[in-house]
Amino acid sequence: MPEAMVAAPGGAGPGPSAGVAPCQVRDLGRAGYGEAWDIQRELARARKADEVCDQLVLVEHPPTITLGRNADAAHVLADPTRLRRLGVDLHETNRGGDVTYHGPGQLVAYPILDLKQWRRDVGAYLRALEEVMIRTLRGFGIRAGRVSGLTGVWVGDAKIGALGVHLSRWVTSHGLALNVAPDLGHFALIVPCGLSRPVTSMERILGHAPNLEAVARSLAERFGEVFGRTMTEVASPTKIERESLRARAAGHG
Amino acid sequence: MGEVVMPQMGESLVEGTITKWLKQPGERVERDEVLFEISTDKVDSEVPAPDSGVLEAVFFPEGETVEINTVVAVIGDGSGIGRHGSPTAPPPDSPVEAPPARPAPPPPPAAETREPPRRAPKRIHSSPLVRRIAREKGVDLSAVGKGSGAGGRITKNDILAYVDRQERAVSSGLPATAFPDVPESRFGQFDVEPLSAMRVSIAEHMVRTKRVSPHVSAIHRVDCTRIARERSAAKDRFLEQNGTKLTYMPFFLQAVSSALKAYPLVNSSLDGRNVVRHREINVGFAVALDWGLIVPVIRNADEKSLLGLQRSVNDLAARARSKALKPDEISEGTFSISNYGSYNSLLATPAINQPQVAILGIGAVTKMPVVINDAIAIRSMSYLTLSFDHRVIDGATGALFLEHVREIIESWNVPVL
Repeated sequence: MPEAMVAAPGGAGPGPSAGVAPCQVRDLGRAGYGEAWDIQRELARARKADEVCDQLVLVEHPPTITLGRNADAAHVLADPTRLRRLGVDLHETNRGGDVTYHGPGQLVAYPILDLKQWRRDVGAYLRALEEVMIRTLRGFGIRAGRVSGLTGVWVGDAKIGALGVHLSRWVTSHGLALNVAPDLGHFALIVPCGLSRPVTSMERILGHAPNLEAVARSLAERFGEVFGRTMTEVASPTKIERESLRARAAGHG
Repeated sequence: MGEVVMPQMGESLVEGTITKWLKQPGERVERDEVLFEISTDKVDSEVPAPDSGVLEAVFFPEGETVEINTVVAVIGDGSGIGRHGSPTAPPPDSPVEAPPARPAPPPPPAAETREPPRRAPKRIHSSPLVRRIAREKGVDLSAVGKGSGAGGRITKNDILAYVDRQERAVSSGLPATAFPDVPESRFGQFDVEPLSAMRVSIAEHMVRTKRVSPHVSAIHRVDCTRIARERSAAKDRFLEQNGTKLTYMPFFLQAVSSALKAYPLVNSSLDGRNVVRHREINVGFAVALDWGLIVPVIRNADEKSLLGLQRSVNDLAARARSKALKPDEISEGTFSISNYGSYNSLLATPAINQPQVAILGIGAVTKMPVVINDAIAIRSMSYLTLSFDHRVIDGATGALFLEHVREIIESWNVPVL
């Protein structure tokens, strides 16, 4: 056996800090979809240029409907005027997938990862994001799983977590949305009633709404586990820092 | 000359769909500039140009699904524009015949207008996905003919359309699709607008229910004088006490719940060759919306009081109109009611709400002369229709069910308040 393959003397194998790549967690709190997208875009640019390490952006959006690249506009049930009246924003995005709803009570996570330094496999990436949500839910006593042939995380027949990803040079953006305690009635704005699979939330299953920040903290930990990253919390960017990130994103846009 | 291939984005992925070309043939591209975008399931990816140069040819239009490692475009010095054959064609310097000039980008996918691709006879170009569908459906790919993809490739849509045509040919005369093309409808001056998502769902459901369930209707005339009196005696006080209007609906809901208990077959579904008898009595009622129709469900209707039923009806109808129904409030109904009487229809034959086997229609309650004990009296009458699936329910059961409802309504003697 060549010398180099023998474990370092005295060591009991690589510890959590030995050779594990870092990932910074940025909790934006409540932020608009457009603002969060600008921040993602800037972080993805910086990640591609290797100016920053992997990032995990956490955010809660105001009521927003987003259309993915494969979206069928007919899957938005309400017309734009009606959505405006209800205070729901409509955004077209460059993530994969169809129409999605985001809103208060939903935890959204946008990992900005360089998959070249993880695995160059989008299928494996989606399964890993699902695993992060499944483990997070398990920590709150909810048994969730996958449904063969479908992307997302399910409790029984009902969807609790959704995915949609964009890749540019193997750097990811967009990500996952986990229903902690959103207004499930809002999903009726996009789902032709009764014809798609039902949507559920942690609140509906548990009978009470868990604290969103607690779920966010847990999700970040599980993320570190699944992707083999050391998670370090970065102070939430202040409004000014966010503005400057957005401005830079606009400059590179 | 550099060939651009569909990249492999993961171990389990065998193909990708081109969603967007960011460059057109003839345009200059720089290495690493985004050339096109692809999508695979829930992932959208940018594909950078492998080389700098001129985009000389693009072989697949947007929307096409392509196997990994297939050549999708060529980048060169610009001299090859218009000279690239389809990627499946033999080399263009074939000595036997002059290569047909192939314009780039490829022509629109109208197979008739396309030049016959120069390829070995009998060889069928298709992706692994298409071949898998063919295997599963028992389709001989050579029977599908030329596909609509580049170079006559058989696309997923081609094979699915072929399978659909075959299945339609052997099924009954009814069209398999809710949306056949009707070109002769376009005459004179007209406007065309697409159906809303909800309208599409309703249309598909209606075609399905009429195709699957042989509908039969029975109509019974019911004397509603007692419940009409109860209602007018109680309605002001009811509104005052409960803050909600008293209608005929809760009376009919109670009578129906009782009849469903007496004739459980009416509260069932047909799954294959099995009858699924529901133990719960979950009664849906149709709510007309400006933009369509929805059927919210009152769960365990048999366990609710008149007040409880009225509250549920008002609450669900209001939230249906404000699009605030929760998903489980429009699912798992075991029977439905259509109260078209509120629009003054006397008689109608409602369509069954799948996967249920029967629906009750309530005609307008109107005063009319009726013969009672050989004397003419003025009574508040309504025609009740039961539309039922004759595969499961026979006429006798349908009639007995309606008679049960009629007896309860006509002998109503429980005061509302």
